[in-house]
Amino acid sequence: MTKQITAVRGLLGRKLGMTQVWDADNRVVPVTVVEAGPCVVTQVRTADVDGYDAVQIAFGAVDPRKVNKPMTGHFEKAGVTPRRHLVELRTADAGEYTLGQEVTAATFEAGQQVDVVGRTKGKGTAGVMKRHGFGGLGAGHGTQRKHRAPGSIGACATPGRVFKGLRMAGRMGAVRQTTQNLTVHAVDTERGLLLIKGAVPGPKGAVVLVKTAAKGA
Amino acid sequence: MHTLDNVDAASLRDDIPPFRAGDTVKVHVKVVEGTRSRIQMFQGVVIRRSGGGVRETFTARKISFGVGVERTFPLHSPIIDRIELVTRGDVRRAKLYYLRSLRGKAAKIKEKREPVAR
Repeated sequence: MTKQITAVRGLLGRKLGMTQVWDADNRVVPVTVVEAGPCVVTQVRTADVDGYDAVQIAFGAVDPRKVNKPMTGHFEKAGVTPRRHLVELRTADAGEYTLGQEVTAATFEAGQQVDVVGRTKGKGTAGVMKRHGFGGLGAGHGTQRKHRAPGSIGACATPGRVFKGLRMAGRMGAVRQTTQNLTVHAVDTERGLLLIKGAVPGPKGAVVLVKTAAKGA
Repeated sequence: MHTLDNVDAASLRDDIPPFRAGDTVKVHVKVVEGTRSRIQMFQGVVIRRSGGGVRETFTARKISFGVGVERTFPLHSPIIDRIELVTRGDVRRAKLYYLRSLRGKAAKIKEKREPVAR
């Protein structure tokens, strides 16, 4: 089965934080404000040359002296100043993009469904209750120093080992996550802001990728 | 100056009279019934103000047919047509939760007397 590639539109941005606004029916809407773009197109991949259709977009200022020679050449080819973040979007309408073209928050409109990709906040080493939502052991009834422990992690001589993939304590967070089907509440083209209803992965200031929803209508 | 002040500025109202806990306010609330909307009154003692910025809320308490009724409004909510300050109360705390356990005359709040200029 081949994956159907549709016309996907996307934009890199910076998460500014959350606040609330009122909608037309005077209800409170929790929104995440994302400073989206301006991004530039740095490469257009076509099926003839690369075997697939995609568009590469770049975002964020960077000191040109700190960009290495190969990347400098890459940006020069597109005729843009160097940027900090690059991402490639598989899209069917890659041919409609031109090198150096600017992509702004106006890409999206209010009411549209989007997916937001980001890197979640790192939680460090976390126990099983926080990391996997285990229930822990009892608070009373003779439980001693094991209130947040996982309990049994397996049987005895058979199988004589702990199964692979068993959920235990460990590093939590700081992984790539996609939050699907969020609604764009409003777009501020003047300041390049997207107001997205609901929460978005990552801390304030993190770079996120906003793109048209993969699922749903 | 916070990052999102520019975003919040659009939602903030500037027609809110300064009031604090202990004051009696008359809140004119827009009520939508089907297609038409009308104004409803809620008059009570402010027992708390909570939060800040666009998220600030206040709670007004009144006794309705012998039953205590508390209603919490977002301060900047567009459903509030206007807020009228009826009286200023003389209280010594910011949260007047103790009013809930008081009845009748004991639950009355002294009116604040403005200091007289000599």
